[in-house]
Amino acid sequence: MTENEPLLSVQNLQKHFPVHKGLLKRQVGAVKAVDDISFEVFKGETLGLVGESGCGKSTTGRLVTRLLEPTGGKIVFEGRDITHAGQGSLRPLRRDMQMIFQDPYSSLNPRHTVGAIVGAPFRIQGVKPEQGIKKAVQEILELVGLNPEHYNRYPHEFSGGQRQRIGIARTLALKPKLIIADEPVSALDVSIQAQVVNLLEDLQNELNLTYVVIAHDLSVVRHISDRVAVMYLGKIVEIADRKRLYSAPMHPYTNALLSAVPVPDPRARADRERIRLTGDVPSPLNPPPACRFHTRCWKAQEICKTVEPPLEELAGGHRVACHFPENAPEVPAGSAGTPATA
Amino acid sequence: MSQQSFLDVKDLRIHFPTDDGLVKSVDGLTFGLERGKTLGIVGESGSGKSVTSLGILGLHKGGRARISGEIWLDGEELVSASPEHVRGLRGKKMAMIFQDPLSAMHPYYTVGDQIIEAYRIHHDVSKSVAKKHAIDMLGRVGIPEPTRRVDSYPHEFSGGMRQRAMIAMALSCDPELLIADEPTTALDVTVQAQILDLMRDLQREFNSALIIITHDLGVVAELSDDILVMYAGKCIEYGTTEDIFYRPEHPYTWGLLGSMPRLDREPTERLLPIKGSPPSLINVPPGCAFHPRCPYAELTGGKAGTEVPPLAETEGGHLVRCHLDKAERRRLWENEIKPVLETQ
Amino acid sequence: MLAIVSMATFAIFFLVPRLAGATAEGMASRYVGRTATEETAKLAAERLGFNDPLIVQYGRYVKGIVAGAEYDYGAGVEQCPAPCLGYSFITRQPVFPDLMNRLPVTLSLAIGAALIWVLLGVGIGVLSALRRGTVFDRFAMIVALAGVSLPIFFTGLISLQLFAYGNPFNWAAQGGYYVTIEDSPARWAYGLLLPWITLAFLFAATYARLTRAGMLETMNEDYIRTARAKGLVERKVIVKHGLRGALTPIITIFGLDFGLLIGGAVLTETAYSLNGLGKYAIDAITNQDLPKVMGVTLLAALFVILANLIVDLLYAVVDPRVRLT
Repeated sequence: MTENEPLLSVQNLQKHFPVHKGLLKRQVGAVKAVDDISFEVFKGETLGLVGESGCGKSTTGRLVTRLLEPTGGKIVFEGRDITHAGQGSLRPLRRDMQMIFQDPYSSLNPRHTVGAIVGAPFRIQGVKPEQGIKKAVQEILELVGLNPEHYNRYPHEFSGGQRQRIGIARTLALKPKLIIADEPVSALDVSIQAQVVNLLEDLQNELNLTYVVIAHDLSVVRHISDRVAVMYLGKIVEIADRKRLYSAPMHPYTNALLSAVPVPDPRARADRERIRLTGDVPSPLNPPPACRFHTRCWKAQEICKTVEPPLEELAGGHRVACHFPENAPEVPAGSAGTPATA
Repeated sequence: MSQQSFLDVKDLRIHFPTDDGLVKSVDGLTFGLERGKTLGIVGESGSGKSVTSLGILGLHKGGRARISGEIWLDGEELVSASPEHVRGLRGKKMAMIFQDPLSAMHPYYTVGDQIIEAYRIHHDVSKSVAKKHAIDMLGRVGIPEPTRRVDSYPHEFSGGMRQRAMIAMALSCDPELLIADEPTTALDVTVQAQILDLMRDLQREFNSALIIITHDLGVVAELSDDILVMYAGKCIEYGTTEDIFYRPEHPYTWGLLGSMPRLDREPTERLLPIKGSPPSLINVPPGCAFHPRCPYAELTGGKAGTEVPPLAETEGGHLVRCHLDKAERRRLWENEIKPVLETQ
Repeated sequence: MLAIVSMATFAIFFLVPRLAGATAEGMASRYVGRTATEETAKLAAERLGFNDPLIVQYGRYVKGIVAGAEYDYGAGVEQCPAPCLGYSFITRQPVFPDLMNRLPVTLSLAIGAALIWVLLGVGIGVLSALRRGTVFDRFAMIVALAGVSLPIFFTGLISLQLFAYGNPFNWAAQGGYYVTIEDSPARWAYGLLLPWITLAFLFAATYARLTRAGMLETMNEDYIRTARAKGLVERKVIVKHGLRGALTPIITIFGLDFGLLIGGAVLTETAYSLNGLGKYAIDAITNQDLPKVMGVTLLAALFVILANLIVDLLYAVVDPRVRLT
């Protein structure tokens, strides 16, 4: 594992979706789905991307895999700038970078057999595995915990969890270096979620994979990630290694998110300190100026409405974009601002 | 029938004949619930939890469903009551909150109109009186500027606001039984927390009986007094929230607890999932429906695959449907399961 | 809107003569009569400007619509007051008043039929959806299938046989019978009864199928379940919540069908010898009377465009979600 050489490096990435209106379809604005975000992913690690709906986490995934064309910024994969790589030069890239989707029902073609689905990457990329495609596919099926004899079955014969395994098998076919998983378990039942989470972890250890896991479930992200980035309205507001982020979150939004997760411990419900945000996430079409969180933040001051806080490193590897961070190194932990609501 | 609860469900069965066979969505469910109390029904997809709630309201689909058993609501039996009588109770005495407020509200009518309609079905009042009531209700569920928002359409609301409006609609006739089917699943985490708080506060205020149906153990832990765990149409464990979280006795409940990554504990290396998938309701395994996925099935001496275990009381109202001996279950929990979960 | 109308006139002006294979002399010779010599025809063509560049001719045509026109073909001058959609030298009539004479017939036919087919189609569709799989549903859908597949000249002739010629009934007027509504509403309806039913049969079938499909879909929506959970009586659930949801696509189709129809119900008018716009169009085409063809095409295009506009506006009324975007 080379620590200093990132596998994927994203710099000031932007994606604006133009909004058209009126008879002549003039552009009247843009949804800044992803607005100037930067992060790195190192070989062998898992970066978690969390946030609520509309925060731009899925768009980020699609930009990195180049399913969407970035508006600005730079994406560097293995030292190569792929920001605006054309279809031709993207082809080899697709071997190294794969995507797992949320919905195991709609992401598999119902008319193709499992063998055809998992073997498709070989055919598309013109790769001929030495043991033959069928054998290679069966090995992968076994790897993800499916019966290799199910090679000739169709997706509808499988349960949701098994379908997600098929989806994962497909991404693994060409031994990619980076896998972007967009809500890989959120459509699955609780007991199945755990199976898939474990599978992803085992595969990572076995094949030395690098993951970017996009999810809204903070518990799943914590479980699976080494580092976690929290997004809000197209911005990364905080990024840190897992332990730091979950034990000493600095951004008020991260604090609120963590506090909002229902805890499966009935005795704890009485004495838990809660931070309750008011209102919903504002529309990304018209985000609040400066710090985008100021409309819902209990610590907001004048400066938050006028000056956008930069994403700054406040502790080792812990970057946060806030004028008044909590748990900041200068202030002893605990005495930092108390939430307004309990 | 010595003492009756406010809601008493006895041996409820809801079966659907299909071309592929009989689907036993709910198969012999019994439970009770008092006013002011909250029951959490937990289960995975196809466990029958949603069909149960629809059955109580008499909304299980049409003429093809076969329903049997008894549902006593405040001393009235609903299964044998006329559909018209049950309709009169719906919305007034018992109401429901659905999972996705966007699709559960009619896109062509304003939020106000929909609440007004709900109110006027059961109250013979003029439109303007009902509108005042609707505005009042919207205010009570925390919608800002209710006098203006009452004329908005559902699509003009955010997800959280829509669910608040849905709750306002359900509570507009002051129902004594409120059923919430996955009320926060479609919402963001921070909004989910708001809605859970709101439901807790409103329940206290209205003193209604609340059934919350969810797959999320965190949500039931936050709200419930009692929990009913369903698997393949049957109750497999029932007890107080403390029972289920601190003294669970069914291997499936253990599996659910072990499957969840938890924020309140140090992360473990691995989760402890349940093997296999939930069964299809057309093809429920014989004997104990859970036995193909149960790690302890062989300890039952072959009974697991042949006999349906009875739902038996282990202690003070805590019911478990399992062939394992009570002492054996407790030993497994204390020595094998709890230590692993606690180190999380 | 105005842009689309002018685009339509433009297209009609350039395409119709081309499609009819008309030449400048050919057109002019029709204007001066069959007995004219080649020279007079050439002269007339020159005077009427048939040799001018098309764009100039088009300008003159548009000017005629707005301000009226005069046609000087050498042997005399014909007046064509605004709005002038051309002048037929075969019948020696301006086209526009002709069209206006024919319009009430088509309009009567279209409105009456529309009323019947909407009530019948939507009604049967709703009932079919609610009684899905029953004998009623199957029978209704078979009849609907027949309605969609049988052409009007067939159903028209059959119904004339059955109901007008007295085998076995004699309830309705035979072909070509039209009395204006001002003269006698009863006789007006009597005369149009068969055409209405024939036309409505075709459309009602489509609408029944559409409504049935739409209702089946909406009755499965979550909001229907919500309406029932409120304790609403089933009839209101169906009409207020179900039908309201299913109606949107039907309104769209209705607008377009109706717009198309008032431009001329060609087959029905022919089958029943009604002198409406459709028959006018057919006659004009058979006689190669170009100004008439162009006029009636333009009018029909106008109706379709107008219907489209109304549908769009109506859409916003029906579905609040389209309003702001």
